[in-house]
Amino acid sequence: MAQMILKMILNGKPVERRISPGDTLLDVLRGDLGLSGTKKGCGRGECGACTVIMNGKAVNSCIVPAPRAMNARIETIEGIGTVEKLHPLQETFIHCGAIQCGFCTPGMIMSAKALLDKNSNPTREEIKEAVAGNICRCTGYVKIEEAIMMAAEMIKRERRK
Amino acid sequence: MLKDYVRAQTVDEVLAALQKGDARVIAGGTDLILDLQAEKVSAEILVDINSIDDLQNIELVDGQIRIGAAVTHQQAAESQLVLDSAPVLAEACRSVGSLQIRNTGTVVGNVINAQPAADAAVALVALGAVAEIKTENGTAYQPVEDLYTGVGKSKIDSTKQLVTAVQFPALLPNQGSAFIRLAQRGALALPVLNVAVVASLVNHKVEWVRIVMAPVAPRPLRAVEAENMLRGREVNEQNILEAAKAAAARANPRDSALRGSGQYRKSVLETLVKRGLSEAFNKAQG
Ligand code: FES
Ligand code: FES
Repeated sequence: MAQMILKMILNGKPVERRISPGDTLLDVLRGDLGLSGTKKGCGRGECGACTVIMNGKAVNSCIVPAPRAMNARIETIEGIGTVEKLHPLQETFIHCGAIQCGFCTPGMIMSAKALLDKNSNPTREEIKEAVAGNICRCTGYVKIEEAIMMAAEMIKRERRK
Repeated sequence: MLKDYVRAQTVDEVLAALQKGDARVIAGGTDLILDLQAEKVSAEILVDINSIDDLQNIELVDGQIRIGAAVTHQQAAESQLVLDSAPVLAEACRSVGSLQIRNTGTVVGNVINAQPAADAAVALVALGAVAEIKTENGTAYQPVEDLYTGVGKSKIDSTKQLVTAVQFPALLPNQGSAFIRLAQRGALALPVLNVAVVASLVNHKVEWVRIVMAPVAPRPLRAVEAENMLRGREVNEQNILEAAKAAAARANPRDSALRGSGQYRKSVLETLVKRGLSEAFNKAQG
């Protein structure tokens, strides 16, 4: 099969990888790049576990053809926060008990981040709309909503400082 | 087996690439990727149209709203022009899948994929939308409504043709629209039924109305008898009720494990059409 070179800005750093034209973005992230934080649930665009941010927008990486990511800015869970300093969303997800098994969490956090990057003052309705494509079988969503609300507050407070 | 993936920069490049062997257009790809993986469709070359500038716009040209083939559902749902002058489409686009899907899947793709209940396509039929179809030999126009040949089957051959845009008249102040959707949940749920209505009133009488119902046939179905019945009539409850009855009588929803029994859906449909008509007429009256 023919090979192509994919260049993208991954979590702020330029990367270059050899890919096959039929690869999905998720294949490339989890495979060759070893970024297994992004999860594969359904592989069909139905669960949101594979959500990443592409050029500022949340997308299901399992149905994005990898060649389309050429020159795109891609953010994955690995680019969010550090062990020393968690992202506000990571902190509030832990604090609120918005994580149980954790399988949906990376995707959930990426959807939430895409929302907060654009809208630092979301309503509950807006939060629900932003994560409606992320299925969680454990938490029942209430704590996830709370965590996102709380993270929005934290981000606003940090900005004011 | 896929051998190449071309990110076309111009429409001409797409048409040229389609001449080369086993090539196929890909827009959002939210369905095509799955069909390729399931080997329902095959291609050696995919021609991606998302980076073509000309196809990314939503514009108003001579009273017509034109939606380029790379415009996503979310872009259409958020467009002020669409919200103001074709709210039925904004609402339909907003109810598609999830945000991730709406950020990827395109409005035009929703038509070409030819699922009879595709929300955006149902709204486009109600708006009287026309598709602009390009091939090496030139440009042709066809009503969106006429592009269906069966469930999931479009007249458009994506290995030879490119739909560059859909366009339809922007609604005028004496016109109104409604999109009514019945589903099990607010997101990621197939419509049990959806109804789109666009109506034009003159002196409190119906000048014309388009009523589209789905999925009750292999394509978004126009309730032609009901539309004709209402033409020239007063807007009142009696007329709306009669038209809703006539509309539901034309529909033939099947029993479906996912959507409910045909009998249930047929009786609910009447109510949905009634609501759609009332809402569209109300909006047309301002
Ligand atoms: S793994 Fe991509 S949406 Fe489920
Ligand atoms: S925490 Fe288990 S699926 Fe969400």
